[in-house]
Amino acid sequence: MTDFLQLFLSGLSTGAIYALAALGFTLLWQASGTINFAQGEFVMLPAFMMLAFLSAGLPLLVSFLLACLVAIAVLGWAFKRGVVDPLFKYGMMPIVVASIGLSIAMRNGVRAGYSAEAHSFPSLFADQIYNIAGVTVTLQDIGTFVLALALVLATQAFLAKTVTGRAMQAVAQNTESASVLGINVPRMIFYTFAINAVLAVAAALLVTPTYLAKFDMGESLGTKAFFAAIIGGFNNSRGALLGGLIVGVCENLAAAYISPAYKDAVALVIFMIVILFKPQGLLGRKEERKV
Amino acid sequence: MSQSLDTLLPQHTHHHDRPQGAPVLKVSGLKKAYGAIQAVGGVSFEVRPGEIFGVIGPNGSGKTTLFNSMLGQITPDEGRIELNGEDVTQLGPLELNRRGVGRTFQTLQVFGKMSVRDNLIVAAQEHQGTMFSRMFAPTDSGLGEKADALIDQFRIRHVAHKKAGELSYGQQKLVDIAMAFMSEPDLVLLDEPCAGVNPSLVGGISTLLKDLNHNPRFGKRSSFVVIEHNMDFVMDLCHRIMVMVEGKVMAIGTPEEIRGNKQVLDAYLGN
Amino acid sequence: MKKLHLILLIASAALLLVAPNFLKNYGIYLLSYWLVFIIATMGLNLTVGYAGQKSLGHAAFFGIGAYTVAILMKAGFSFWFGLPAAALICFAVGLILGFPALRVQTIYLAFATLGFNTAVWLVMRNEEWLTGGTFGINNIARPELLGLSLEGNLAYYYFVLAVTVILALLLWGLLRSPWGKAFTALRDNPIRAESLGIDIRRYTLLSFAIGAVYAGIAGALFASLVNFIEPAPFTVASSIMMYLMVVVGGPGYFLGPVLGAAVGVILPEWLRFAQAWYLFVFGAAVVLLMIWLPDGLLSIPERLRAKRQAREASAARAAAAQQAASQAKQLGAQA
Repeated sequence: MTDFLQLFLSGLSTGAIYALAALGFTLLWQASGTINFAQGEFVMLPAFMMLAFLSAGLPLLVSFLLACLVAIAVLGWAFKRGVVDPLFKYGMMPIVVASIGLSIAMRNGVRAGYSAEAHSFPSLFADQIYNIAGVTVTLQDIGTFVLALALVLATQAFLAKTVTGRAMQAVAQNTESASVLGINVPRMIFYTFAINAVLAVAAALLVTPTYLAKFDMGESLGTKAFFAAIIGGFNNSRGALLGGLIVGVCENLAAAYISPAYKDAVALVIFMIVILFKPQGLLGRKEERKV
Repeated sequence: MSQSLDTLLPQHTHHHDRPQGAPVLKVSGLKKAYGAIQAVGGVSFEVRPGEIFGVIGPNGSGKTTLFNSMLGQITPDEGRIELNGEDVTQLGPLELNRRGVGRTFQTLQVFGKMSVRDNLIVAAQEHQGTMFSRMFAPTDSGLGEKADALIDQFRIRHVAHKKAGELSYGQQKLVDIAMAFMSEPDLVLLDEPCAGVNPSLVGGISTLLKDLNHNPRFGKRSSFVVIEHNMDFVMDLCHRIMVMVEGKVMAIGTPEEIRGNKQVLDAYLGN
Repeated sequence: MKKLHLILLIASAALLLVAPNFLKNYGIYLLSYWLVFIIATMGLNLTVGYAGQKSLGHAAFFGIGAYTVAILMKAGFSFWFGLPAAALICFAVGLILGFPALRVQTIYLAFATLGFNTAVWLVMRNEEWLTGGTFGINNIARPELLGLSLEGNLAYYYFVLAVTVILALLLWGLLRSPWGKAFTALRDNPIRAESLGIDIRRYTLLSFAIGAVYAGIAGALFASLVNFIEPAPFTVASSIMMYLMVVVGGPGYFLGPVLGAAVGVILPEWLRFAQAWYLFVFGAAVVLLMIWLPDGLLSIPERLRAKRQAREASAARAAAAQQAASQAKQLGAQA
C-alpha cells in the first residue's frame, strides 16, 4: 500500500507539470483557435535559456525571471504577431502546420546551435527525503506538485476573478461580442500567449532537474500535455489539471505494476478510451455539430 | 376615419390567376418551444400549387423557426407537415430536397470557391442518376444548358465564369436564388430574399420571381413560400399572405384582406 | 488545358521517365520513395483538401497497407494478391473511421483520427505473433510482373511510376465527375450542400475510405520498396508529416501532393549539405512558407493573379479619379 501511495504521490508531481503545459495549450486553443504542436519545445527552449543564464553566473531565480521575460517576448509576442496573426483567418490548417515546422526548427536549432547532449539542471529544492507514515517522498516531488498546482490554480483564479481574466474568457467564448463590449481583443489574446509562455517556463524549471535538459525533451512532454489536455477536456481549463494529474499518476503506476516499457503507452491508451466514449474530454462540454 | 394599411402601403397589382387545387404544402398545428419560450405556438396553413405565399410578422414572431421546422433543420414538438399529401414532419433537409423542396438562406450560402455556373450545376446534380452512376457522368452532369438558361434569366451571364465569392452581395443573392430553382422543385422556400440587397435590385428580384412562377422555364409551376420584411415587395408579389405574431397566426388572406385587417395594423403599429 | 500546363506536364513526364537512368541507385530509390508518398498524399488531399475533413491518422492506413502485403507474402501469398487485399482492407477501415466524422466536430475529429492511428500503431508494436512487434517483418521481396523481375531499383521505380500515374488519372477522373463538386460543396458549406440534396454523410464516409485506399496502396508499394517494415514509419508523427505535405503543397490542388511530398521527402535530402542544421532549416522553411503562402505552394498563380487584378483595379480607380479631377478643373476654369 505504501508503494502505491508513493507512486501515486510522485505521479501527482509529474502530472502537475503536464497540467502546466496542458493548461497553456488549452488556453491558446480557446483564445485563438491555435493548436500549438510546438508546446513541448516551448518548454524545452526556456530550459536552455535558463541554462545559459546560469552559466553566465546568475542565480536560479533570477535566471527564471529573465527567462520568463524572454519567453513572453519570443514565445508570446513574436509567436503571436509573427505566426498566429497572419494565419488566423485561413483556418486551422496553416497554423497547425506552421507550429509543426516551428517545433522541428526549435528542436534542431537547439541541437545544432547549442548542444545535442543532456545537461543537468539545478533543482529549486534541496535533496531531501521525507518519511510520512511510512511513505517516502522527496522534497522535489512535494515542492513540484505544490508549486505547479499553485500556478494552475492561480491562473484559473486570475481568469475567473479578475477583470482582465474575465475579459480574456469573454474573448475565448465569443470574440465578436467581446469586441462589441469594448474589450481590446488582440491584447487579451496576447495575454493568453504570455500566460502560456510563463507556464512553459515554470514547467521547464520544475521538470528539467529530473529529466535533464536535452533538445528532444519537448517531444515526449508535448505529446503527453496534448493528450492530457484532450483527456481532461479541451474546451475547459480545469480539464487540463485533471488530465495532467490522471496521466502522471497512471503512468507511474503502470511503469511499476505492468512494465516500464508501457509507461509511454499509458497516456495513449487513456486518450484513446476517452476519445471513444467521451470525445469532448472528461470535463469538456459537448459541442454538437452545428446545424 | 378607419385607418387601413392603404395609407401606409402602396397599392398592389392584382394577380389574375388564383391558384387552386390540392395543397402542395399543408402545415397543421406546428409547435416548437425553446425552453420556456414558445417560438411557434400552433401554426396551420396551406399552400396551393403554383401559389406565392408570403409570411410576414414582426421580429421574433417565429417565422424563421417555422421555416427551419418545415425544412427539417429542427424537429417540431408537435404538429404535422405534409408535402403533396405525404407526411414529411420528421424528414431532414436531404430527404426534403429529394422530394422537391428547395430553399434559400437568410445569410448568403453560395459556394465561394466554385464558379457561378458550377454553383448552379452542383445545386441539381444529385438529382441525376445514382451516386454510382455519377462517378462516370460528365463534369456538368448534363445540366450545362439548364444552368446557362437560368444564368441568362437572372442576367448574370457577365459573371458566370467568376468564382461566386468574388461577386457583389446582390449578385451572390441572385446566384443563391437561382440555385434553389435548378432542381425544379415543387416548393421553394425563400428566406428574406431582399435582405441586405440594394433597393434598386428589389424590383428586379420581384420580377424574376413572378416570372419563375408564371412562366416556368422547365415545365411545372412551383409554389413559393416567402418570408420578407419589405412590405412593398410582399404585397406586390404574393397571392396570399400569412401574418405571424408571437408564434401564432394572426391572419391569412389576400394582400387586400391583410391590408384592411385592423388587428394586423395594430400589431404592426401598436406597442 | 492551358498551353503552359501542357508543356509543363510533358516536360515533367519526360523527366520522370528519363532522369532515373542517369542517377545512382540511391537517387532512384529516393525517387521511388517520393512517388510512394505522392500516392499516399493524394489520398489525404482528397480527404482533407477536397472534402474538408480532418485526418491526422493517415499513416495508419499506410501501415495497414504495408503490413497486409508483408504478412500475406510471408504466409506464401503473392504480392499481386496482397496489393488488392491491402486496398480493400483500407477501404473498409476507412469507411469505419468515417463514422465518427459524422458525429463529431472538426477539432475532435482530428483527435479521433489521432486515437485511431495510435491504436493501430499499438497493435503493430505489441502483437508480435502477427506483425513481428518491434522487430517487424523483413525480407519482403519485390514482385515479378509478367515474368519480368522488379527486383532492381530501376525496374521497381518504373513500376511505382506506372501505379502513381494510373492512380492519379483515376483520381483526376473522379474529381472531374460530379463527385468532385459534391466533395467541394461538402467542404465549403455542408449545410447548404445538404439542402441541395447532396448526401453529405455518404460523401464524408467515402472521402475517408478512398483516401485510405490510396494510403494502403502506397503502403503496399512501400513494403516491397524498403524490404523491411516495422512500426516506426506509421506513427502519429508520420501522419502529422503527411498532413504537412498536403498543406504545404496546397490542399485542394490536384498536383499539391507532388510538391508536398517533394518537400517532405526530397527537401530534407537536399538540405543535408547544411549538415547538423538541415532539419532546422527545413522547419524554419515550413514556418516561413506557411506565413507567406497559407494556401500552399500551388496557390502562387492565384495570388499573383489576385495581386495583378488589385493593381489594375486601383490603377483604374486612380485614372478615373484623375479624369474627374481634370474635368472639374475644366469646369472650374469655364465658370
